[in-house]
Amino acid sequence: MNALNIKKGSSSHSAYELRDPNGDLIESHTLAVLVANESGVLARVIGLFSGRGYNIESLTVAEVDHEGHRSRITVVTRGGPAVIAQIKAQLERMVVVHEVHDLTAEGPAVQRELALFKVRGKGETRVEAMQLAEIFRAKVVDSTLESFVFELTGTPEKIDAFADLMRPLGLAEIARTGVAALSRGV
Amino acid sequence: MATMTGAKMVVQALKEHGVEVVFGYPGGAVLPIYDEIFQQNDIRHILVRHEQGAIHMAEGYARSTGKVGVALVTSGPGATNAVTGLTDALLDSIPILVISGQVPTFMIGTDGFQEADTVGITRPCTKMNWLVKDTANLAATIHEAFHVAFSGRPGPVLIDIPKDVQFANATYVPKAEARPSHYAPRVRGDADQITRLVEMIEQAERPVFYTGGGVVNSGPRASALLRELVAETDFPITSTLMGLGSYPASGKNWLGMLGMHGLYEANLAMHGCDLMINVGARFDDRITGRIKDFSPGSKKVHIDIDPSSINKVIHVDVGIVGDITLVLEEVLKQWRARGSKTAKPALKTWWAQVNAWRAVKCLTYKGSTKTIKPQHALERLEALTKGHDRYITTEVGQHQMWAAQFLGFEDPNRWMTSGGLGTMGYGLPASIGVQIAHPDALVINVAGEASWLMNMQEMGTAMQFRAPVKQFILNNERLGMVRQWQELLHGERYSHSWSESLPDFVKLAEAFGCKGIRIDDPADLDEAILEMIRYPGPVIFDCRVEKHENCFPMIPSGKPHNEMLLGDADTQGVIGSKGAVLV
Ligand SMILES: Cc1ncc(C[n+]2csc(CCOP(=O)(O)OP(=O)(O)O)c2C)c(N)n1
Ligand SMILES: [Mg+2]
Repeated sequence: MNALNIKKGSSSHSAYELRDPNGDLIESHTLAVLVANESGVLARVIGLFSGRGYNIESLTVAEVDHEGHRSRITVVTRGGPAVIAQIKAQLERMVVVHEVHDLTAEGPAVQRELALFKVRGKGETRVEAMQLAEIFRAKVVDSTLESFVFELTGTPEKIDAFADLMRPLGLAEIARTGVAALSRGV
Repeated sequence: MATMTGAKMVVQALKEHGVEVVFGYPGGAVLPIYDEIFQQNDIRHILVRHEQGAIHMAEGYARSTGKVGVALVTSGPGATNAVTGLTDALLDSIPILVISGQVPTFMIGTDGFQEADTVGITRPCTKMNWLVKDTANLAATIHEAFHVAFSGRPGPVLIDIPKDVQFANATYVPKAEARPSHYAPRVRGDADQITRLVEMIEQAERPVFYTGGGVVNSGPRASALLRELVAETDFPITSTLMGLGSYPASGKNWLGMLGMHGLYEANLAMHGCDLMINVGARFDDRITGRIKDFSPGSKKVHIDIDPSSINKVIHVDVGIVGDITLVLEEVLKQWRARGSKTAKPALKTWWAQVNAWRAVKCLTYKGSTKTIKPQHALERLEALTKGHDRYITTEVGQHQMWAAQFLGFEDPNRWMTSGGLGTMGYGLPASIGVQIAHPDALVINVAGEASWLMNMQEMGTAMQFRAPVKQFILNNERLGMVRQWQELLHGERYSHSWSESLPDFVKLAEAFGCKGIRIDDPADLDEAILEMIRYPGPVIFDCRVEKHENCFPMIPSGKPHNEMLLGDADTQGVIGSKGAVLV
């Protein structure tokens, strides 16, 4: 007796539905999450992302209100509309979370990231790196005869673009802060 | 304000929250708290045999009383043994508070003896947890813990208390003086959304109520309101495994449980409805089957206290976030004020269809005079315990599904089963927790022999604390549910689904000092069940049943509701031999 008419000996059948139901339009969203500044809170928020299989593209966190014990987590995540809505709802229901804003959905927002670039080089390439840095308004925060450290603030795309240009010119290391974001206007 | 040790604060705060019972197991890191427990008589401590047992007992206590269940465990292994129970409570939204001991603060991080990162380990399986490093914050944390466990969608919380924090002195902050919690989930549903639901109720031609554990969690008033709404609209109603009892099984609109092993009429009503009103259920995969074919022609409304449950799996047309009691009150108020209208003629046609599905009698099985059919055993159990003040717990497997199909629940909080996590080993300790809360009730754990062995040590707890729980084991000498899947889905290769070398359950009962009963003849069933009920102490009832019975109906995973298997007969081209059936 074999209810599903599966051939005896077959094992290609899984007991579970294995298709990804979220194959819809994927896009990046920047979420601002205001949380209580207590120990373990960041672990809880990150645990939600890893435990439920959500993406983290970038994450920044720092206390923003010392008196009120508030920290602000800015997380850039990717997913279809249903997944993004679910991430927001999952965050909102957490005991430690006070507010969640989807800055991508709620209207125009400014996003900035700070990055440091160590570029090694001599002669021509060194001059070229310096010129490009000026065009990008990157600051030189450290220099030796064979290296620079540039500091650049901007959108993640601008940082990416600068990194691409520096790569052939001796880019040795990058440190990025991740995105900080605020909605525009009052 | 009173100054006291952290250990004393724990006991003091539990008293302040009306806790009468704590299920626990001592160890080095909680000795100061045990010392305080020793020196008082208001809180009763139930000494378990394994910390997993303590958590399931607290769950059973919570589910049968509607109060927060409390458990106390030591650091390290005590805390890690609590993890399964915490996860179980998280998935079934059961409010419990677990207090764990921890190594002293100055030893944390040194791999001290019995040190484990308890808050780290339990973070994903608690609604919230805290490590309290300062005695001054302890009382307030306990108040917050009760509030969080109980408010919104209930769930398990854990407080980890280092031993030096238990010894140190500080001022006890009573609940009334503690800083109010910012955690305040929304409980009142949006009035406009409720109006949309009311309009849909008025127009629906093929409606169905699909209810779940949220109704039970919202409290007895939610069940009362649900009954009014069902009676006045005359809509059919089905429920998940978790919600059984919110609407009485004897009620005329009852379709029985839905889902993978749910009733034909319930699943087909879900599939064919034009309005689905989900009240406190969560579109679990055991309910929906294949998502894309789930109830294709219906408008869907979802009432839930947890906003993340809405649109998580199934997109709904109307989502109402709120406490079910308050939302149903508002629904009834609005609908009655508009004249209590429904599409009566269409409903009549719908009921004719539903009754035709009912006539299929999907729970039909082949009776036997030689072997005890598990379904028959449960029918007799149902008949012989019906008038009693009865609570049922279960383990996990075929017996659990048969219990849900063949036992009838007239009230909420009477049915405790591990739904979300499906934890074998849940039922025995849960039955003890229920019995401790209701000492005079008839508490029965419907068990499979394999599940039951997972926490059988708790019979010692039942004996010590005179909890006359009845362990009704449907012994098929198989991991029955696994065997069934192997038969139906894995080419009849029965890989490790035998229960080999089982103990002699009657001797085991004797060893524990309780009563053992074994039967294998259907003719002895009634008398044996009555003997079990009459016996004033715990009973281990070894009911030897048919070994290869399958549980039907069954919607194989990933199949839509209308591709349900009705029985062995289905696969053999024979329609149920109705004559030979005991229903
Ligand atoms: C802790 C745990 N391990 C494994 C499983 C997988 N599982 C589900 S049902 C089942 C068999 C249960 O056998 P038994 O308790 O005898 O019940 P029956 O199905 O025979 O009625 C198993 C192994 C589970 N649910 N829980
Ligand atoms: Mg079994």
